[in-house]
Amino acid sequence: MTVLVLVETEAGQIRQASRSAIAAATKLGDVHALVVGNEAEAETAAALAAKVPGVAKVLKAGADVLAHELAEPMADLIVSLAGDYSHIVAASTAVGKNVLPRAAALLDVQPIPDVMAIVDADTFVRPIYAGNALATVKSSDAKKVLTIRATNFDPAPAEGGSASVDAVNVTVQDTVSRFVSEHTPTSDRPELESARVIVSGGRGLGSAENFQSVLTPLADKLGAAIGASRVAVDSGYAENDCQVGQTGKIVAPELYIAVGISGAIQHLAGMKDSKVIVAINKDAEAPMLQVADYALVGDLFEVVPELAKAL
Amino acid sequence: MKILVPVKRVVDYNIKVLVKSDGTGVETAGLKMSMNPFDEIAVEEAVRLREKGSATEVIAVSIGVQQAQDTLRTAMAMGADRSILVLSEESPEPLAVAKVLKAIVEKEKPDLVFLGKQAIDDDMNATGQMLAGLLGWGQGTFASKVEIVDGRAEVTREVDGGTETVSLAVPAIVTADLRLNEPRYASLPNIMKAKKKPLETIQAADLGVDMTRRLTTVSVAEPPTRKAGIKVGSVAELVEKLRNEAKVI
Repeated sequence: MTVLVLVETEAGQIRQASRSAIAAATKLGDVHALVVGNEAEAETAAALAAKVPGVAKVLKAGADVLAHELAEPMADLIVSLAGDYSHIVAASTAVGKNVLPRAAALLDVQPIPDVMAIVDADTFVRPIYAGNALATVKSSDAKKVLTIRATNFDPAPAEGGSASVDAVNVTVQDTVSRFVSEHTPTSDRPELESARVIVSGGRGLGSAENFQSVLTPLADKLGAAIGASRVAVDSGYAENDCQVGQTGKIVAPELYIAVGISGAIQHLAGMKDSKVIVAINKDAEAPMLQVADYALVGDLFEVVPELAKAL
Repeated sequence: MKILVPVKRVVDYNIKVLVKSDGTGVETAGLKMSMNPFDEIAVEEAVRLREKGSATEVIAVSIGVQQAQDTLRTAMAMGADRSILVLSEESPEPLAVAKVLKAIVEKEKPDLVFLGKQAIDDDMNATGQMLAGLLGWGQGTFASKVEIVDGRAEVTREVDGGTETVSLAVPAIVTADLRLNEPRYASLPNIMKAKKKPLETIQAADLGVDMTRRLTTVSVAEPPTRKAGIKVGSVAELVEKLRNEAKVI
């Protein structure tokens, strides 16, 4: 069996989530990595993808129509390549979630999102109800279209492979959608989804100023990414893309420090697979304290600075 | 401009579901059911566009069991003009739902279809994209802002690392993210009025859509439980535990 994996790059590297998708795909068969972008982007991405161990071949699709990874041309491209593949795989990123279901519909296939485990070529485990249940599902479709929950598969290394690169003849056009602009706040911090340590803040911080002034010194000491609960994002304390939870990012760092986060079902869905969870909350009844390995009941405005100082 | 809004009846978001002891699914009997939260946001956005004069009619549609009419009444109490209930088994798959919606779209000819980005029960995040694919329409998924500009839909999308704006030819599909708006509560007078708004019921079978499931649920299990944690009494104790017991710092 041969598996087509849509591979994304970011800041001159293969995204860690895509390397997890490659690692998952190697359990299913030979892996062909599809990279897209304008000619130059695709060239760079192909060189990177060729070095990922486990990749047998790289398909390089370079064309202006693919420059912004819009779903319409991307899905058409995937469908045009789908013939030879038993499985079509991407990471559960914004791009994967946008593109793969559309491609699946065009292939008349029911996609299987957020795969956490591969049982066999047809059978997969995925979370439902905000991760409160794990469903094992068996697909009767001839082709399987999957997105991979990156935190459940150790990423393939970035170096060590030497795959061949084939250029794809891109004939797809896009007449219905157009890229207008993007807004990507830059940050020196590690990417949330691949960070080893995450310091996350919630309602308890009270303001955007507090959010920054309390969490930043601790995150700096730990080299941590900063996350947030939905309330913190909705209240404007943090950017939307910091949100951890069922509808935000799914993370599983080695250490997750939840500061002033009560621990609603929807937030727990995004972080309860973290290796070690620390909860700092003044409410001894907060649900977050029930899942935490180490719970400290106290005023975060005293505890967090003290913790930052002690490290 | 006509807007179609598919809505789904799901277990209320505040309820923590329990896995059935025989592992065949989750226990939903007797639980409070509500409109999927993302669908409320989609309804709200459609109603706002009509209030602004950009849209002329908002039609809510739901696919599922008879009780889904309650969800449609809620949508009408929020401001949808009329509803269509497509009767089918409990919770069909997104592929089947997308095919049913395609049939409804071909009948009603809306200019926009607003959906929620995902249903909080199956967490699929697929129906909007699949419908867009089947129709060959543009898709603005995970939308945090929608504007009609020169007859096109300009959609700001929440993506990894920030936002992105796309311009879509109309007709188009938009799926609502949390940040799109704050849905209104239905007032009592509007709930009463919604009882008189038209609700058409059709059978999924009459639409000629094959509803056969492609995925069989082999089993449903509880996620692994974490071992009980401990309460630490001080910052010093926390640091000591993280260093020497958990060894993560």
